[in-house]
Amino acid sequence: MSWTLIALLLLPLVGSVVVAVLRRSDAAAKTAALAFALGELVLAGVTWVAYDPASTDRLQLTSSVEWIPNFGVHLSFGVDGIALVMIALIALLVPVVIGGSWADKLPEGRTAGGFFSLLLVMQTGMVGVFAATDVFLFYVFFEAVLVPMYFLIGRFGGPRRQYAAMKFFLYSLLGGLIMLASVIGLYVTSAETLGKGTFDWATLVEAMRTADTTTQIWLFLGFFIAFAIKAPLVPLHTWLPDAGAEAPVGAGVLLVGVLDKIGTFGFLRYCLPLFPAASKELAPLVLVLAVIGILYGSLLAVGQTDMKRFVAYTSIAHFGFIALGIFAFTTQASTGAVLYMVNHGISTGMLFLVVGMVMSRGGSRLIQDYGGMAKLTPVLGGLFFVAGLSSLALPGTNSFISEFLVLIGSFPTRPVHTVLATLGMVLAALYVLWLYQRVFQGPLRGTALVGVAGGPGAATAPEVGAAREVKDLGKREIAVLAPLVALILVLGVYPKPVLDVITPSVGATLSEVGVTDPVTAQEGK
Amino acid sequence: MGVTTFLAQADELRAPAVDYGAVAPVLIVLGAACASVLFEAFLSKSQRWIGQVVLALITLVASGTALAIYAGDAPEQGTLTLSGALAVDRPVLFLWATLLLLSFGSILLIADRSVEPGGAFVAEAGVRPGTVQDRAQAAKSGMQTEVFPLTLFALGGMMVFVAANDLLTMFIALEVLSLPLYLMCGLARRRRLLSQEAAVKYFLLGAFASAFFLYGVALLYGYAGSVKLADIAAAAAGTNRSDTLLFAGFGLLVVGLLFKASVGPFHAWTPDVYQGAPTPVTAFMAACTKVAAFGGILRVLGIAFEATEWEWRGVLWGVAIASMLIGAVLGLTQTDVKRMIAYSSVAHAGFLLVGSIALTPEGLSGTLFYLLAYGFTTLAAFGVVSLVRDADGEATHLSQWAGLAKRSPVVAGVFTFLLLALAGIPLTSGFIGKFVVFSAAVQDGMAPLVVVALVASAVAAFFYLRVIVLMYFSEPAPDGPTVSVPGAFTTVAITLGAVITLVLGLWPAFVLDWAGAGAFIS
Repeated sequence: MSWTLIALLLLPLVGSVVVAVLRRSDAAAKTAALAFALGELVLAGVTWVAYDPASTDRLQLTSSVEWIPNFGVHLSFGVDGIALVMIALIALLVPVVIGGSWADKLPEGRTAGGFFSLLLVMQTGMVGVFAATDVFLFYVFFEAVLVPMYFLIGRFGGPRRQYAAMKFFLYSLLGGLIMLASVIGLYVTSAETLGKGTFDWATLVEAMRTADTTTQIWLFLGFFIAFAIKAPLVPLHTWLPDAGAEAPVGAGVLLVGVLDKIGTFGFLRYCLPLFPAASKELAPLVLVLAVIGILYGSLLAVGQTDMKRFVAYTSIAHFGFIALGIFAFTTQASTGAVLYMVNHGISTGMLFLVVGMVMSRGGSRLIQDYGGMAKLTPVLGGLFFVAGLSSLALPGTNSFISEFLVLIGSFPTRPVHTVLATLGMVLAALYVLWLYQRVFQGPLRGTALVGVAGGPGAATAPEVGAAREVKDLGKREIAVLAPLVALILVLGVYPKPVLDVITPSVGATLSEVGVTDPVTAQEGK
Repeated sequence: MGVTTFLAQADELRAPAVDYGAVAPVLIVLGAACASVLFEAFLSKSQRWIGQVVLALITLVASGTALAIYAGDAPEQGTLTLSGALAVDRPVLFLWATLLLLSFGSILLIADRSVEPGGAFVAEAGVRPGTVQDRAQAAKSGMQTEVFPLTLFALGGMMVFVAANDLLTMFIALEVLSLPLYLMCGLARRRRLLSQEAAVKYFLLGAFASAFFLYGVALLYGYAGSVKLADIAAAAAGTNRSDTLLFAGFGLLVVGLLFKASVGPFHAWTPDVYQGAPTPVTAFMAACTKVAAFGGILRVLGIAFEATEWEWRGVLWGVAIASMLIGAVLGLTQTDVKRMIAYSSVAHAGFLLVGSIALTPEGLSGTLFYLLAYGFTTLAAFGVVSLVRDADGEATHLSQWAGLAKRSPVVAGVFTFLLLALAGIPLTSGFIGKFVVFSAAVQDGMAPLVVVALVASAVAAFFYLRVIVLMYFSEPAPDGPTVSVPGAFTTVAITLGAVITLVLGLWPAFVLDWAGAGAFIS
């Protein structure tokens, strides 16, 4: 019985209540929220140390209490390396997000306390999703995490927030309900094979080994659709650009940085080990969707006129890479995919934050309203460039290693898909650099930065043609971005600490699917 | 015939043995209903309200206590009493407990006089709507109290209905529970035309449904030579009698039952009646009638028609799908909160039917759990609806609910929680209920039906969310409704419903144990 994960779950929940109580005073609520988020980060550090990558236990730091004995449901928690790095990512991003949203202008009548309180509730939910080792409990967290996100988008979001919040919730709920059918099916199948139904993940993995392929395919599809909506794979992605564009920046970072990873995590934790035969059978289909996602997401990212939608579309492309790595079934590719999940959280999270900082200065989401901004805000321009480079996987940044691992690992088994996916890297350079060029380079222009006679900026600009007063990054904003920049550079040259944690778990996942690496097989000859 | 032979025959005609312990809960309720009528006749006007409320609440507590005492050492497999007319077994005890608890909440809502000054009921039902006298009575703060004996009679009928072991007893119980409900629907103090229309509509359609039910009983009697459920089962199990009689009788009987349970496509009365009836009465109908009707359906299907399951299952699959889709899709188009919850109840009736046609122990216990969970959620939801008011009484049009969270965050929060429970989001009783019912259905080989049910739940979630969107994300209208400060009675009822919805979502195990404690006896 280990208490670390339970503490990780409860601390933000307690924090959210405290923050909600303190909401009358903005300063107190913000300080309390930050304190709890930092406390959670320390706890996550403790958890990281307590986890032993060399151990042969599939799941560590486990704890289990009976919940609903009638169906053998337990409150059981545990992590493998994959879940651990995701929990660490959450613990890192939440304080960053709180710092980043510190001075956000909220819609009329909303308090910062309410916003941060919902963020902390969501943190509990997200940790629960990754830490649950009981399928029923996982489902509960999977659905429960929708509610705070729904309110975050709907109460604090942009002009079309009602539409976006509703679309987000209905997409996820529909996926969740389809998954519920599979969860029930899994339970019934386990009752048939074991005599008594169970939801325990490890037991189910054993029980499902013998299940016939048809059953596996049906159950796989239930889980897969839910996760494909979450992770957004084309064609189930249409909610993400809306939700991402309308969400407040803080919630958007968590949405694309962590919440969507539930989908790819679900592929690794549930789809592959529980339904090995179905996974192998359906892998070609998933790979096609993944490659379409990479190319389609990249092309649409090139064409975006709205910066937040731009980030959402780059994410769709990145999720294609992750899915490609997972379903290529080699150790390298899968390790790369998991590392990609972490790196994407860091680099896209940062990209979302700097886009938010640009928007808070210019007051517009449209790219055409900006131009030559680096002259006014050189530091912001530089950090925007760093985030962009990490997003396009420049060697020396964190994303390069993961993208390279995915591609080199997928090539031996799936050469055609890999070659097509590589085109995505080229497009990434195009969309990132072009965006940077349009917003930051060249002469100062755009209604958000300079007033134009008769234009919408005229009212706010002091005189026609003169630059509006735009401040560069303050100390708080630099402090918020600094840890992310540090991680981008450090993981870009020394990813070993993370790789050490995830490699054994990825190996275990692949052996549960029953695939061997083509490379190691050759070495064995 | 000589006097002596007559006396000898009379000597043989013994009164049946009565297990008073087992039927005490019903006797207490029906006895109190009679006493309540006498209260109405003999108490002075100033004492009536307090007398009736105290009597009703004490009755429910006493009946519940009698039930608890009996359940403590009741025979495991149940018992038949009144020469087999009533069966008191574990499911029946569970249903009785559910009915008593839900009635307790409903009586509290009915008794409330602070939300609507003087209560939600018309003082003189005979006054024509819209006249000067009508406006005068609407302004008066006195409360007529006929509604209490009517409620108690309806409750007594429901309790007999779920325990009835032969179809004739069931029919009589059906009438005992229905007739008071028809009257209660017409008692609204405000919007009386709507209320009276609801009463007439419910009465006419209900009378048709009763006739269907009775015709079904007659045909089944022709088939089996008996109205006892067990005899029908025995006759259907192995004979070469006319199947036409059996299935025609089954069809007519089930239509009557499905009507009461407001299962689509027999739901046409539901939205109008839910909307027109006084909200406390709607709460009582939505919660208790549903429990009673499904208690009856479970019993009839599980005992009398178990052997012919494969003949009728396809038909009820179709009915369940129709009900779920009608409820979910038509619910989308509603602009009135009460009508929306009515369509939601049609969708929920479809989900319940999915559990009811899985004739397994899991199906039975799952459906029983669902009934309890749904009853409390919907009871509390109608309690909240009765709080949101403007000058003309309740503000039930959805547009009037815009921005409610800003004015009264607590009420909006509770209603949001209840809506999430109706949508079946985890950590509410609604989710556990759906889970138990659907897993029982999958275990019994109805996976496709469950997939349809889940899709219908996703569609239905849209209209629950729409209300949340309105309450939280929209700006309030300047002359929008206010939320009345609820009196103690309504507060208790809403709290009871919301707390049970939460508790059953977090620790459902003990209730699931009770629901699964035993099977039907016949």
